[in-house]
Amino acid sequence: MVETLVLVGTTKGLFSLRSSNRRRDFELHGPALAGEEVDATCIDGRGPTHVLAGSMSMHWGPVIRRSDDGGRSWTEEDEVSIAFPDDTDAAVARIWQLAAGDASQPDVIYAGVEPAALFRSDDGGRSFSLVRGLWDHPHRTQWDPGGGGLCLHTVLVHPTDPARLLVAISAGGVYLTDDAGETWRPSNAGIVAGFLPDAPIPEFGQCVHKVARDAGDPERLYLQHHDGIYRSDEGGTSWVPMQSIGGVDFGFPVVAHPSLPGSAYVLPLEGAEYRCTPGGRCTVWRTTDAGGSWSPLTDGLPQVNAHLTVLRDGFTTDGDEPAGLYFGTRSGEVYGSADAGDSWQLLAAHLPPVLSVRAAPIT
Amino acid sequence: MEVHARIPAALRDVSGGRSTVTLVLSDSATVAELLDAVATSHPALERRIRDERGALRVHVNLFVGEENIRDLAGAGTELTDGAEVSILAAVSGG
Repeated sequence: MVETLVLVGTTKGLFSLRSSNRRRDFELHGPALAGEEVDATCIDGRGPTHVLAGSMSMHWGPVIRRSDDGGRSWTEEDEVSIAFPDDTDAAVARIWQLAAGDASQPDVIYAGVEPAALFRSDDGGRSFSLVRGLWDHPHRTQWDPGGGGLCLHTVLVHPTDPARLLVAISAGGVYLTDDAGETWRPSNAGIVAGFLPDAPIPEFGQCVHKVARDAGDPERLYLQHHDGIYRSDEGGTSWVPMQSIGGVDFGFPVVAHPSLPGSAYVLPLEGAEYRCTPGGRCTVWRTTDAGGSWSPLTDGLPQVNAHLTVLRDGFTTDGDEPAGLYFGTRSGEVYGSADAGDSWQLLAAHLPPVLSVRAAPIT
Repeated sequence: MEVHARIPAALRDVSGGRSTVTLVLSDSATVAELLDAVATSHPALERRIRDERGALRVHVNLFVGEENIRDLAGAGTELTDGAEVSILAAVSGG
């Protein structure tokens, strides 16, 4: 039986929402990993479905765990799974991202961590190795932490060439590799750093919040920056501003429709000074023309006194057809849509602050 | 000599469910050597206490008897036969 699984990572543990009737109803389970901050999960369906969770206990540090039963039970490798090598004098503070590699490399998993670094696993997430090419990049010592810490939070694998990766760092910007991580180059041309004097376009140092890849054109990317929304039509080599959403272009997540080319979603917040849904109205905005125009999606979303915050990994799609969309808020609500955003329903409330949401159909 | 590490409930999933782990150490061994021994016998447990640089996690306290090692010689605190080392979460959080 196909079930839709939505993993909701919070500041106090991991919750799951499960639907066995084509997303009409969801049942809440959890918390697992109680007391831990769950910043990253990955539902890996390239083989027999397994799930990874990266969490951080304030007391006991970061851990990556694996579940082979859809998140019902979790195990941790006895030997250390992710750690900086001795010569780096660094320690993993937080696991910000867990991303499956290409389907042709079913055992490859990437992990983005704080301090900003990329790790790669070749055994399905049981053990990870530091990607040296990025760690040794001369820019690294000049990256500055954003409000969440100096984190590598986005890993996108090119769908036709797994040696091509895009990572995003806050606040280091976008970096690209064409050789599976041996060499990296900054790729932020066109992205204005409005938080610097005179709003320059530096080679690196942009506060990129999230990047998503278009479903139809692998060279097309959507980027939510600290204070602007951008698109690249050339694999991230350069960026152009997308149509502003009434000047409210601050936000954290950006999600591409899983199958419809040119379609993506953002969830703007009022601004850097007030990081809540503007005007007390919770609105998802959708483009179907690659950022040329945006339409508000509000059916089922609170439009009065809704001062919500959605973080960079708090918004996702389940990849199903029609597309399911889910987002969680720092005030503990989870909203879901089973019709690509046309309508929404409240799936859970009163949870701890939501840090991450991932979803997929599983068998 | 034998030293007894007392394990808090939160860490018993990585101590085999045991509330006390007894380790055989050389005479005059330090807390650091105790943790090295824990890293061998219970690696996941040791990772909760120290990071990969060997630094005691900021919000973890180790007590030898009733004394916090931060008030003694830190990881260099010497242990004696039969010592009890309590691993505790600091009073921090939110």
